[in-house]
Amino acid sequence: MTNLIILPILLPLIAGTLFVFWRKRLPFVRTGAQIVSIMNLLLTTFIMYKVIQDGTIILETGGWIAPYGIILVGDLLSVSLLVATNIIAVAAAFYAPYTLDQGREEHYFYTFFLMLIAGVSGAFLTGDIFNLFVFFEVLLMASYGMIVLGGTRQQLRESIKYVLLNLFSSILFVTTVSFLYSVTGTVNMAQLSERVGQVNQDGILTTIAILFFVVFATKGALFPLYFWMPHAYAKPPAVISALFGALLTKVGIYSILRVFTLIFNGNVDYTHTFFIILAGFTLIFGVVGAMSTNNIKLIIAYNIIPAIGFMIMGVGIFTEGSLAGSVYYLLHDMIIKGALFMLVGAVAIVAGTSDLRKISGLIKQYPLLGWLFFIATLTLAGLPPFSGFIGKLLLLKGAFENGHYVIGAVGLITSLLILVSVMRIFLNGFWGESMTLPTKTRSIRPLYFPITFLLIFSVVLGIGAEWFLPHIQQIGVDLMDPSIYVDTILKE
Amino acid sequence: MEILMSILAGLLFTAGIYLLLQRQLLKIIFGTALLSHGAHLLILTMGKLNRGDPPILTEGIDQYTDPLPQALILTSIVISFGVTSFLLVLAYRAYKTNKTDNLEQLRGSDND
Repeated sequence: MTNLIILPILLPLIAGTLFVFWRKRLPFVRTGAQIVSIMNLLLTTFIMYKVIQDGTIILETGGWIAPYGIILVGDLLSVSLLVATNIIAVAAAFYAPYTLDQGREEHYFYTFFLMLIAGVSGAFLTGDIFNLFVFFEVLLMASYGMIVLGGTRQQLRESIKYVLLNLFSSILFVTTVSFLYSVTGTVNMAQLSERVGQVNQDGILTTIAILFFVVFATKGALFPLYFWMPHAYAKPPAVISALFGALLTKVGIYSILRVFTLIFNGNVDYTHTFFIILAGFTLIFGVVGAMSTNNIKLIIAYNIIPAIGFMIMGVGIFTEGSLAGSVYYLLHDMIIKGALFMLVGAVAIVAGTSDLRKISGLIKQYPLLGWLFFIATLTLAGLPPFSGFIGKLLLLKGAFENGHYVIGAVGLITSLLILVSVMRIFLNGFWGESMTLPTKTRSIRPLYFPITFLLIFSVVLGIGAEWFLPHIQQIGVDLMDPSIYVDTILKE
Repeated sequence: MEILMSILAGLLFTAGIYLLLQRQLLKIIFGTALLSHGAHLLILTMGKLNRGDPPILTEGIDQYTDPLPQALILTSIVISFGVTSFLLVLAYRAYKTNKTDNLEQLRGSDND
């Protein structure tokens, strides 16, 4: 049964490789990618069920026992993120055929897409820090492929910055892993968690911790390392933006959650205060960016940044409740960012432009699109009963209960500004004078299915909070007590 | 020996960062290549350098080299090799399409 845990990586990897050979037979590859992603979703849901029933699943590859070999760990946090990833994947697989042009599809979009899913799944599942780097590279290589796919001038321009920055942070990642190895003599996360407490080298370990933070903050687009992100995410076609916005930065946040609860939890006063300050700036600068632009795709891309601020705020406050809040917000944000990018893509198709000043009065011709967008807006801003509310509630409760009033206030104000920034799209784009739409646009009816699919999950995550919350609070408890993770893996 | 290697890695990092700060795309790519070489040397050094000892631990052998850094370095080299070749192709395409390899000129406005 433990072999089950490698399937979410293996299935898309094999399918993606096979699809290279059938690139000209698009209908086949499309259905193939859809079937694989649905299978993967069912599989990960089953794994999540098993994990909730029987506890953490560990796969020791090649039979090497825990601290020596490569291990895959499916605990509740990893597995719930896996399910969220595959929900996005299913939606993207059904969204892609109707929004991409034939050239992009033929040039291995589905291969890159499945590789990306494999890489993200691997990063969530891996139990040693060097393999985290490897899976980061797997997903980054797939994302490099996707970001240049089509090769328009703007894409090439932004992708160079994207690739260079990620390459630099990857090199920093390897360097930091090697520092950590020289201090502790291991790369296994569970063993690291034990040894970091024993080696008694606070200065060096704090330096390594901050270096790790710089790496993950770059990948996760945190202040002040977010500058590369909005343009790089907004330039490719909508489905690729949706995948990036929903998955890529979130892997960085997952790594911060994992590394700074499991390994570097010794010097909390220093590192976690630092997080709270950065979270505040991330919230403010992200929202300012979102307010400043008239490009609808950029507005959504900038909105990724304050969401990341919220999650880091939870890590900074560092209580069971706030960590649970971070995880809840992470799950919510993956789904809603996917949905929003897809919605904005649909708007850009019907309006023929993504410049907000040229769009108006869409709701008369496309009422369903308008109302879906409205729901997504409310969810993003965290209004009850939608899913953003509960995550934010947990985070703000954590902030005010532990005396972090400033960050709490910043969080509340930015929530409001997020609402304003996205409402601008709704007010300008959907209300007002009915614009003359370009005549030769594709039908967007097939796009409603994946968008509604994502929004349903988002609403269920909010309304069914009673059902999800105990599990997510359990994740918070697990994260606060690293010995649970360590004992499950090292079994001593 | 470790100190020498650390200094060498440091030199590679310095040169790499200097090249990264240039405007010409090709120089930047060379910069990343140097940086990754520096990182690889560092990994090797972190496992302690023992001359002539095999990375095998069997009975009767108490002098051995740590095999893990070598495994890590191999993975890391393959990855940086792949990324560098991708980056070279990307730079060539970007140069062809944008008619410049100067990063200062590779800027755009919000609404294009």
